[in-house]
Amino acid sequence: MTIDTEATTPTAQLDVAKVRQDFPILQREIHGKPLIYLDNSATTQRPDSVIDAMSDFYRTSNANVHRGVHLLSEEATDAYEGARSKVAAFLNADSTQSIIFTRNTTESINLVAHAWARRHVREGDEILLTVMEHHSNLVPWQLLAQERGCKLRFLDIDESGHLQLDHLDEVLNEHTRLVALTHVSNALGTVNAIPTIACAAHSVGAKVLVDGAQGVPHGPVDVQALDCDFYAYSPHKALGPLGIGVLWGRRDVLEEMDPFLGGGEMIRDVTLERSTWAAVPHKFEAGTPSVADAVGLGASIDYLNELGTAAIRQHEVRINEYLLGRLRELPWLTVYGPQDPHDRCSLASFNDNQIHAHDLGTILDQHGIAIRAGHHCAKPLMRRLGVMATARASFYVYNDLDEVDRLVDALFEARKVFGLAT
Amino acid sequence: MQGLDDLYREVILDHYRTPHGADAIDGPAIKVEGFNPLCGDELVMELSVDADGRIAALHIEPNGCSISVASASMLVQQLSGKTLAEAIALKDTFKAVMRGESWPEGQDFGDLEALEGVKNFPVRIKCALLAWTTLEQALAQYDPDLADQVEADDDIEVKTH
Repeated sequence: MTIDTEATTPTAQLDVAKVRQDFPILQREIHGKPLIYLDNSATTQRPDSVIDAMSDFYRTSNANVHRGVHLLSEEATDAYEGARSKVAAFLNADSTQSIIFTRNTTESINLVAHAWARRHVREGDEILLTVMEHHSNLVPWQLLAQERGCKLRFLDIDESGHLQLDHLDEVLNEHTRLVALTHVSNALGTVNAIPTIACAAHSVGAKVLVDGAQGVPHGPVDVQALDCDFYAYSPHKALGPLGIGVLWGRRDVLEEMDPFLGGGEMIRDVTLERSTWAAVPHKFEAGTPSVADAVGLGASIDYLNELGTAAIRQHEVRINEYLLGRLRELPWLTVYGPQDPHDRCSLASFNDNQIHAHDLGTILDQHGIAIRAGHHCAKPLMRRLGVMATARASFYVYNDLDEVDRLVDALFEARKVFGLAT
Repeated sequence: MQGLDDLYREVILDHYRTPHGADAIDGPAIKVEGFNPLCGDELVMELSVDADGRIAALHIEPNGCSISVASASMLVQQLSGKTLAEAIALKDTFKAVMRGESWPEGQDFGDLEALEGVKNFPVRIKCALLAWTTLEQALAQYDPDLADQVEADDDIEVKTH
């Protein structure tokens, strides 16, 4: 999503009613009300096809991968490597071998911190981050900075929640070894201008890591067009299973990296004294992988491709336009992040001027509406905004405009519960 | 909605709007900060004890949801002027109620009784406990012999000064 999706070619609109039928959990009632699931930035729900693919794997093809000579192991290996191919195509990766399976985005970022940064970042070097990073793209670099004596620098945001690109020159220099930033803010929804930042980073010789946890779910991602060196994401935020993560790295960069975890699967040869490493990507995948999760991931990509990533993005912009408009009707709300529906993914982070976000969360839950309330694992950003917490409603492919209305109705109800004017 | 009315009783909202303990303490006082890392709620608590071993003054700077603020405000309301032994007894009773026990019969716990509705919202119990866990640390800091009052709580961290 370089947001090249302001469709030059018309895209079929998502049939949300039809999509909803694919998600069994949406039949649930919460406190006697139909579930309105608006916590998609934390994790999405899964369609039947993903659940069935994982169940079928366990029922019919379960075996360990890359080591058996028997048919089941062959089938399991094909399923696992088939998922890798699907991810590579989905991200327009330069090669299938440049896709590494991890546990989640956090582990993907830690992999880069250990296997790349420990070799390339030294005392006096700098790593450039932004104030809007999730803790998962901040704490690993703090640990590295403590170990290596390197310096962390931060690109700030402006009042609209965009990165201050005009200040990039002040924080980027010949000492910068890495620029690590999020594709899309999980707390503001801001979509960042990755190609612009990557171009500037490369001009000073720095590598670029993109935290794509909130990027992949919300539209087409082309890692080559983004011009980054690493791209990490968690499939469970895009209809895939919990328990598997993805790291894409440029093949030439991956080839010269050290291993991450040591153990089985990642070796070429082992003696009692030393070992040599398997080829990329297996060098980075020690131990038995989560094969069924990879199979489910493959099925989730098939599902997303069927919907069409450009159509998903259009759906999000449509939600945003309506959502931001409705929230503006409530003068007691502060809505954070870009006001242009095209500059954000389909989430709204907001605060009532009298009711704490946790109280909103509890009251909305009683209406069957699941939102997130808190610091969103982005405490530095909360401090930057001058708040302790926000309420966040995040939408996805099965959410429609009527759910925006239910959300707004419940926000009115919350005022009544607290005896406040509306 | 029945559940919500039970949680957000008027007395709780009153404490939330205008918490007790806003006045700063003149003179020396114990100062501790309580955090709830999971939700980000914070509470600064200052406490002074007079020569008779009574809580002479309590000052709080709450920053959190209605339940955590109201609970801290009620703590101030209930404990000002009480002996440390009385404070510990009330704290133990309140924590027991939050764990599911009933209020002891024949005693009046004032506004605090309104927090009983929190029991029906398990994820919010830690909000109601923040002030009381912070108090434990303040007592331990005042008198090291009271260190055994500090119960390990996975959800709440307390920083002493």
